Amino acid sequence: MRATESPPRAGGPTGERPAERRSPGPARVALRHRLAERGIDRQLLLLAPAALFVLVLFVYPFGYGVGLSFQPAEGGPFGAYQEFFSDPYQRDTIWTTLKLSLPAALLNVAASVPIAYRMRGRFRGKRLLTTVLVVPITLGTVLTAQGLLNFLGPTGWFNRILLGVGLADEPVRLTNNYWGVFFSIVITGFPFAFLLVLSYLSGIDPSLERAAATLGAGWWQRFRRITLPLLAPGLATTFCLTFVLAFSVFPSAILVGDPAGTTRVISIAAYEAAYVRYDYPMAATIAVLMGLVELLVIAAVLGWRALLYTGSTAGGKG
Amino acid sequence: MGAVTAPAPRRRRLVARPAAWLIWGVVAFFFVNLAGVIGSVLVSSFGDRWYDTWLPQGWTTRWYGQSWQEFGLFQVLLVTLEVSLLVVGISVLVGVPAAYVLARRSFPGRRLLYLLFLLPILMPPITYGIPLATVLYKYGFAGHLSGVVLANLVPSVPFVILTMTPFIEQIDPAVERAARMCGAGTRQIFVRILAPLLTPGILAASILVLVRTVGMFELTFLTAGPDSQTLVVALYYSMSAAGIRAQQSIDAMAVIYTTMMLVLLVIALRFVNPTQLVARVREDVD
Repeated sequence: MRATESPPRAGGPTGERPAERRSPGPARVALRHRLAERGIDRQLLLLAPAALFVLVLFVYPFGYGVGLSFQPAEGGPFGAYQEFFSDPYQRDTIWTTLKLSLPAALLNVAASVPIAYRMRGRFRGKRLLTTVLVVPITLGTVLTAQGLLNFLGPTGWFNRILLGVGLADEPVRLTNNYWGVFFSIVITGFPFAFLLVLSYLSGIDPSLERAAATLGAGWWQRFRRITLPLLAPGLATTFCLTFVLAFSVFPSAILVGDPAGTTRVISIAAYEAAYVRYDYPMAATIAVLMGLVELLVIAAVLGWRALLYTGSTAGGKG
Repeated sequence: MGAVTAPAPRRRRLVARPAAWLIWGVVAFFFVNLAGVIGSVLVSSFGDRWYDTWLPQGWTTRWYGQSWQEFGLFQVLLVTLEVSLLVVGISVLVGVPAAYVLARRSFPGRRLLYLLFLLPILMPPITYGIPLATVLYKYGFAGHLSGVVLANLVPSVPFVILTMTPFIEQIDPAVERAARMCGAGTRQIFVRILAPLLTPGILAASILVLVRTVGMFELTFLTAGPDSQTLVVALYYSMSAAGIRAQQSIDAMAVIYTTMMLVLLVIALRFVNPTQLVARVREDVD
């Protein structure tokens, strides 16, 4: 890659150009021309700082981590991986994480579709609604955790209402277990999924549906045959992004969850290995496995997406 | 309080189908709970003593002063500001030229590069944060402001690139060609043609990066030292060490954080469409 070249903004001062073209020998000009024909010239150097950043701060550390994961203190190159998979306390974190993140991501996407379908038109207060929905995304997981602890706790408002209405005889335990983390994922993830689905839905030309309606298609047929197939690739993307959000759940799993038991997600295991036990090869191993599992799920979803229709949803002439 | 009265959504027709009622009900339920989550923190931070009642027994503002002093919030806010401004500045300076090339040019390896820029956004921060923190500790960056800034740049630079690319694609390349015909170099084109045209886009991208950086927990948490904590990380530490300090002073800190985020959000929404905060939207499809 062109990242190795040093001057970051060598776009070239203006006046030089004609002079330069005259001075170098014909061989250099020819090479430059041939490269320029393939789309390589000095303007690409504008990419260099960004590419350098990604290489130094993302690719190199990641490679370093992968290297580290093959150099545990004992047990040969695959020692850390063997240790991870032979210890149920570590191995089960994968399952725990998937058990939390897959249903939560599915719920977020599945709930967004009908709501966004209902609200894709114009109505009063739409901007207010979307604005309010952005709030939980910006609040972040830490604040949501604090709020959930107060709101869903044994003496919180939610349990008071349940007790007052008579739906429960004693406070329902909703924090410091699976459900606390689940709700935290839904509160931050649902608005995110909803806004994405809404943006995909408003990209679909409504005249396609109107045309179907003219031909006598009912509400369900229009949704099933027209909207859903056009929306499906967007849904796959939304699911992936929501899943990434849910899969990397970390602060709320500790704060509103049960970090030693039912919500000991894989990021907690990685964090513990690095910052509690100072076992960096193990931490790198868990981080690599975490990335692998996540990419596997995403690859599966995107692979399924590749089978679907991709292309313009704007319809009409063109 | 907010938990009892739902912000009832407006309807055009009074007679709606059951499906519509159900959907509005779900939305209302979500908002009621959201109001409860935020409201309970807010009420608690102003509450005097709150055990087993609907509302606290009395009202006070002393928790704010207490948490301001106990957690050294001035220092923390200062660090938060420094980190986010540095991250925004650097990521815009690095990201916009790259976005320009990616938007305008085709060259061998373009798709690969695009994928490379996409990966830091697609991966959970913990997966690359832990190796990154290890590397940053090895070279002595972590534990200081510089380490926090470097770590936060990893998702921010690609984020600027990905949000700016469509903005640049919208600008008619004929304008640049005309400038080139008149003898402008790449730098002049950037400063005198593109920068004025791109200002709204750059502003939007910077605010989005600002919001993300202030709210970014994992990367800051993994690389911050005691004097380089941002507000989220300080909030997390005070929460996970609960029991030492009064619950209300943590709530007060959470409210300070919320207020800061909401102010940022209000500023952001002046420049950005709400849906744009999460996705690039095809606007004005009617």
